[in-house]
Amino acid sequence: MSITVTELDALESESIFVFREVAAEFERPVILFSGGKDSIVMLHLARKAFSPAAVPFTLLHVDTGHNFPEVLAYRDAVVEQLGLRLEVAKVEDYIADGRLRERTDGTRNQLQTVPLLDAINAHRFDAVFGGGRRDEERARAKERIFSLRDEFGQWDPRNQRPELWSLYNGRHRPGEHVRVFPLSNWTELDVWNYIEREQIPLPSIYYAHERDVFERDGMLLAVGPYSQPRSGETVAQRVVRYRTVGDMSCTGAVASTATSPAEVVIEVAASEITERGATRADDRASEAAMEDRKREGYF
Amino acid sequence: MSTLLRLATAGSVDDGKSTLVGRLLHDCKAILADQIAHVKTVSEARGGDFDFALLTDGLRAEREQGITIDVAYRYFATDKRSFILADCPGHVQYTRNTVTGASTADVVIILVDARHGVLEQTRRHLAVAGLLRVPHVVLAVNKIDLVGYDEAVFTKIAKDVGEVADQLGIADLKAIPVSALVGDNVVEHSADTAWYDGPTLLEVLENANGRTDTSNQPLRFPVQYVIRPQTDEYRDYRGYTGTVASGTVTVGDPVIVLPAGRRTSIAGIDRPVVTATSTAVVERPSAIAGEAVTVRLADDIDVARGSVIVAAEHSPGTRRELAATVSWLADRPLTVGARVLIKHTTTTAQAIVTKITGALDLDTLGVIDAAELALNDIGKVQLKIAAPLAADPYSSNAITGSFLLIDAHDGWTLAAGMIDDEEGELL
Ligand SMILES: Nc1nc2c(ncn2[C@@H]2O[C@H](COP(=O)(O)OP(=O)(O)O)[C@@H](O)[C@H]2O)c(=O)[nH]1
Ligand SMILES: [Mg+2]
Repeated sequence: MSITVTELDALESESIFVFREVAAEFERPVILFSGGKDSIVMLHLARKAFSPAAVPFTLLHVDTGHNFPEVLAYRDAVVEQLGLRLEVAKVEDYIADGRLRERTDGTRNQLQTVPLLDAINAHRFDAVFGGGRRDEERARAKERIFSLRDEFGQWDPRNQRPELWSLYNGRHRPGEHVRVFPLSNWTELDVWNYIEREQIPLPSIYYAHERDVFERDGMLLAVGPYSQPRSGETVAQRVVRYRTVGDMSCTGAVASTATSPAEVVIEVAASEITERGATRADDRASEAAMEDRKREGYF
Repeated sequence: MSTLLRLATAGSVDDGKSTLVGRLLHDCKAILADQIAHVKTVSEARGGDFDFALLTDGLRAEREQGITIDVAYRYFATDKRSFILADCPGHVQYTRNTVTGASTADVVIILVDARHGVLEQTRRHLAVAGLLRVPHVVLAVNKIDLVGYDEAVFTKIAKDVGEVADQLGIADLKAIPVSALVGDNVVEHSADTAWYDGPTLLEVLENANGRTDTSNQPLRFPVQYVIRPQTDEYRDYRGYTGTVASGTVTVGDPVIVLPAGRRTSIAGIDRPVVTATSTAVVERPSAIAGEAVTVRLADDIDVARGSVIVAAEHSPGTRRELAATVSWLADRPLTVGARVLIKHTTTTAQAIVTKITGALDLDTLGVIDAAELALNDIGKVQLKIAAPLAADPYSSNAITGSFLLIDAHDGWTLAAGMIDDEEGELL
């Protein structure tokens, strides 16, 4: 008898191993859950890791307030169906009482760091699962699977712990925590192949739909409560989908006719632009935008 | 079906590792338009030509200094297979990061600058590859354009490295003359090296065997975590989760649970079935090395994280003393009498370094006496451990044969350890 292990099986097993290590070695782990595809795949893998028991982790959503309604509805339905515990840290609360100020460009991805770190402190979370993938971005390409954060939540990319084989070292001092990235070695294509294979439901915005959009910086932004065309930007109804889900005011849609995971797989394989390059205005700001945010404690 | 190959680069600083990785990605069409545009903009702003190294040197400090500080992981695929590529630093100060990148590699590409030949870092990185038993080593004699594509230079370096590799017990070494900058023999055969009729780098990588399949070896199953759902449907369920480290586990197999040494058999192996609303398991007949599964045992015995389920006929036994080779990764030196933590499979225990038997001398590649081990040293040590470990020699099992030494105070990873072949004291 022979069993063949495919690449997806190998990735799945690696991720499941990581979830189990964390469950065994940490006191208070939490999964960052935004309702985006990577966090949905993360949750799916965590469920597999502990099946038939429940996932032994809390979920945390750092809410920009600039949400796609479909994504919030998805988040709440999942929490309800699976009986999970969800904490929400709201950027809006910080803006309301003056702890954070709205940026001049109105986007809020960058503002998530403080509420995230406060939530980690308040709940004394010691392991924080993020859905970041190394193929997404050049600073993420440098990240360990178990990545230590100091008591200020900071990442020191010049002084990371060695990480040998699959012997993940999660030891940390009180006040420090560890970010854990179970999807480190997955690519965007792997994620979509897996969504197809496992028939994982996603919020509808990941598939082609009609939407009023305008073009800015080469991206298609939705007309909505958080983003309006400026003079000179014309609105047109296009058939689009989202490749990533973030702050709605700065997350771009891509022209697409893909209505199923299989069709998305074909599109992604043929794409000539990376996922973030196509959809994230905030990362184009500077050469090291992501690194700078990550150093401060961002996802 | 395509298989995954994990590569890591090695070699001294400025030998061209990052440029080679960039070239490989570029010539395999694995770089997308926005990434190329980004590198172009940054290169031009610096008044230089297209700098391939910027594709992996992603940290601010790396770009400012023009060196690689930590491993960058890149992913690409050809029609034949998929690759995970770890571009590692060359500088001696960052050797621990190179060890990190090489520890999971199936192939290490070691670069040598054709003008400089074998340097101390070349020898150190070859020693690391040998020690980690990386299955394949490819020697890229780089910057061949800068020595006028001279065959004699290539032959000399290939011979020098071959001798070092022999001494270190590296079995599979292939040498290729390349220019990372120009692209000679990386993906395309070069017209300027007519004297070389071997494969290009990509051809070697596409045809290399991937991870050694250990499913025919004796079963080793370190238990990670115990599942007890205590739901109505799974009231008495007790599942032991883990990833099969080696061998094949089959329902009905007689096994021993270490360290207790209790005999039992495999009652069931479960595969999760997860839908939008339900979480359940179904039985499967067997599972092989590398698969994350849940097993159930026939008898109600004490099994917890740190237990290792092994083939009844091939038990490694347990030991509290180990002789091992370590790669020392910390700034503070290792001295005899040091108290550390050892992390071995799913067990973490206290340990004391009882002896430093010697250190590797990079010049002679022999073992010399050493009172302590300093940063980047490779040495032989003996350890006494506070808990019995179900361990194998690293040469027969990379998972049950490897460990970390950890600083109990600050949690830093001090060393990568590989258990030696000679039998320690069996308890
Ligand atoms: N002429 C020539 N220069 C090269 C070649 N490969 C790399 N270089 C240059 O060598 C320098 C160091 O390269 P880099 O890739 O950063 O080296 P690393 O430190 O090993 O990663 C850079 O200036 C490269 O442009 C080559 O094949 N030919
Ligand atoms: Mg480099």
